[in-house]
Amino acid sequence: MHIVVCIKQVVTREWQLRVNDQKTWIRDQDASFELNEPDAYALEEALRLKEKHGGEVIVCSAGPARAAQVIREALARGADRALHVESDALATADASTVAAALAAAIRGEQVDLVLTGLQSDDQGFGQVGVILAEMLGMPHATIIMEVQASDPSTGSGQAVRVKRELEGGWFQWMTLPMPALLTIQSGINQLRYATLKGIMAAKKKEIRKVAAPDAAQPLQRITAIAVPEKGKQTQMIPGTAPDAAKELVRRLREEARVL
Amino acid sequence: MRLVVAEQRDGQLNRAAWETIAAAQQAGGPVKIAVLGSGVDAVAAEVAAAEADEVIVVDDPALKMYTADGFVQALQQVVAAESPSQVFLPHTYQTRDFAPALAARLQRALVTDVVSFERAGDALSYARPVFQGKLQAQVVAEGPSPHFVTWQIGAYRADAVKRGASAAPVRKASIAIDASAIRQRVEEPFKEAKQAVDLSQAERIVAVGRGIKGQEHIDLARQLAQAMGAELAASRPICDAGWLPMDRQIGSSGQTVAPKLYVALGISGAIQHLVGMKGARTIVAINKDAEAPIFEVADYGVVGDLFEVVPAMIAALG
Ligand SMILES: Cc1cc2nc3c(=O)[nH]c(=O)nc-3n(C[C@H](O)[C@H](O)[C@H](O)COP(=O)(O)OP(=O)(O)OC[C@H]3O[C@@H](n4cnc5c(N)ncnc54)[C@H](O)[C@@H]3O)c2cc1C
Ligand SMILES: Nc1ncnc2c1ncn2[C@@H]1O[C@H](COP(=O)(O)O)[C@@H](O)[C@H]1O
Repeated sequence: MHIVVCIKQVVTREWQLRVNDQKTWIRDQDASFELNEPDAYALEEALRLKEKHGGEVIVCSAGPARAAQVIREALARGADRALHVESDALATADASTVAAALAAAIRGEQVDLVLTGLQSDDQGFGQVGVILAEMLGMPHATIIMEVQASDPSTGSGQAVRVKRELEGGWFQWMTLPMPALLTIQSGINQLRYATLKGIMAAKKKEIRKVAAPDAAQPLQRITAIAVPEKGKQTQMIPGTAPDAAKELVRRLREEARVL
Repeated sequence: MRLVVAEQRDGQLNRAAWETIAAAQQAGGPVKIAVLGSGVDAVAAEVAAAEADEVIVVDDPALKMYTADGFVQALQQVVAAESPSQVFLPHTYQTRDFAPALAARLQRALVTDVVSFERAGDALSYARPVFQGKLQAQVVAEGPSPHFVTWQIGAYRADAVKRGASAAPVRKASIAIDASAIRQRVEEPFKEAKQAVDLSQAERIVAVGRGIKGQEHIDLARQLAQAMGAELAASRPICDAGWLPMDRQIGSSGQTVAPKLYVALGISGAIQHLVGMKGARTIVAINKDAEAPIFEVADYGVVGDLFEVVPAMIAALG
C-alpha cells in the first residue's frame, strides 16, 4: 500500500505567542516548532497500515526550509521518503493555496491513500485535506478514528472501511473506493517516538524538493490578528499559591455557594 | 441574498441551524434557507417559522443518509440556481466534511469557524480563532461570490432568530441527484458501548488537561475532586493518552455538562472543550498561562502552577 501523509510544521504549544508588527501573523523568527498534533497520529496510522499491508509511507510538507525539521522527525519515526514543497509564502498561505501546493507534489506519485490531520493548530482551517481530495479527484472521509484497508495486492475491489467520529459520542462506518483521502483525528492510535536507530536511518532517506506551483489568487486574507476580547468578567485571584487557593475556596463557599 | 444550509438528521433539526439563521438575519438583506434530506417536510415547516424569503427543500432518497458526495452534488445545483452572495453553514462535523469540497469544486472562498462579522464597505469581514483560540484573526474572503462561511457553534444565539409574521414559503427544488456518483457507502450511525458514567448529572466537576503532565499526577486531581465532592473529568488529550477513560471526556466529541461548579486544571480552553462545559454555573480556571483562552469563560481564575495551587486547595478544603 502506498500512503502519502501530509504533515505541517506549527509553533509549539508552549510558545508564548506575540503578534508581529504588521499585526497580520505572529512573530515566529525565534519560535520553536513541532509536528501538528493530528498529523502525528496520521503518520502513525500510515506506519501501522504499512506494517500490515507492506508498501511505502511518503510524507509531504508544504512550507519554508525550516519544515525540514518535522520531515526529518517523520523519517526518523519510520516514513520511507519525503516530498517538500519549499516556499516561504506557504508558511502563512490560505487553505486553497496550500492544498494546490500539496496536490502538485502528490500528483506525480502512485498512491492508494492520502492521510492528513483534521485540522492545523495554527490556522485551524479544517480544510486542506478535503480540498486536496477534491483537487486529486479522490473520495474523502473526515475525522477518522479507525481504518480497515483491504489489501491492494488482491487486485480489484480495493476499498477502505473507516470509522468516522460524529458529534456527542456518535460514530459511523463507511466504505470508500481507493485511492481515497482520510483526515485523521487525534487519539486514533498510540504514537510511537523516534528511536536512535530511526534517527540514524533517517539521514539516508530521500527528501525531494518540489517547486511550488504558481500561486493562484488566494481565497482569503487575514487583515488583522489580536488577542480575543474577554466575554466574561473573570475575578482573578492574586497572591502566592497558598493564599490564592485559600481565597478561592472562600469565594466558592461564601460568594458562589457551590461548595 | 444569503443562503443558510440548515442541518438535520433523521428529520431532527440541528439546533445550530437556528444560530446560523440568526447570523444571516443580523447580516441583513434577503435570507433563504435550504434543507437537504429525504422526507424532511416537517423540518422545512419548522425552519419556515423564521423570517426568511423562502425555504428550499431538496428531497431525494439519495440524501437520506448524509454523504459528502451527495451533499456537494445537491448544493452545487442549489447554488447555481440561486446565486447567493454568501452561503452560511453551522460549523458542525457534517459541514466540515463537505463544505471544503463544495467550495473547492466551485473555486470559491470558504471561511471556517467564524465567531462574528463586521461590515467592510459592501463586503463582510469575519473574526475566527487561530492558534487554538489564543488569538483571533479578522479575515476577508476574496474572489467571486458566493463566499462560504461556517459559524462556530454558540457564537450566535438560537433564540435571537426573528420569527416571520407568517410562515416563509416552502418550495421543492427540482434537483436530480446521481446516486451512482456517490462514492461513500455509509452505515448507520451508532454509539459506542454504553457509557459507564453520566457526567451530565454531576453537581461538581474537576477536569484535568494536558497541564497535569503525566498519568502519575492524575491522582492529585482525584484528591481535589474528592475534597470537593466532585466527579473527575478531562480534556480530550488526557483520554487519547488513556490516562482517563473516554467516558470522562468533556467537549464536542465527549459529554456536554452543566454542573454548578466546573474546575479546569491545566486546560487551555479550546473551543471544542468549551462547547462541552460553558453552560456550567460557576467556572474556575487554574492555569499557568495568564492568556489561556479558558480565562475568557471563567468566573474565577488563578494564574499559577497547578502543582502548587491544587495541594493548597485540598488543604484549605480539609
Ligand atoms: C473535531 C475536534 C473535536 C475535538 N473534541 C474535543 C473534545 O471533545 N474535548 C476536548 O477537550 N478537546 C477536543 N478537541 C481538542 C481541542 O481542540 C484541544 O486540542 C484540547 O481541548 C486541548 O486540551 P488541553 O487544554 O488539555 O491541552 P493544551 O491545549 O495543551 O493545554 C494545556 C494547558 O495547561 C497549562 N499548563 C501547563 N502546565 C501547567 C501547570 N503546571 N499548571 C497550570 N497550568 C498548566 C498550559 O498553560 C495550557 O493552557 C477536539 C478537536 C477537534 C479538532
Ligand atoms: N503546509 C502544509 N503542509 C502539509 N500538510 C498540511 C499543510 N497545511 C495543512 N496540512 C494538512 O492539512 C490538515 C488540515 O489543515 P488545516 O486545513 O490548515 O486545518 C493538517 O492536519 C495537515 O495534515
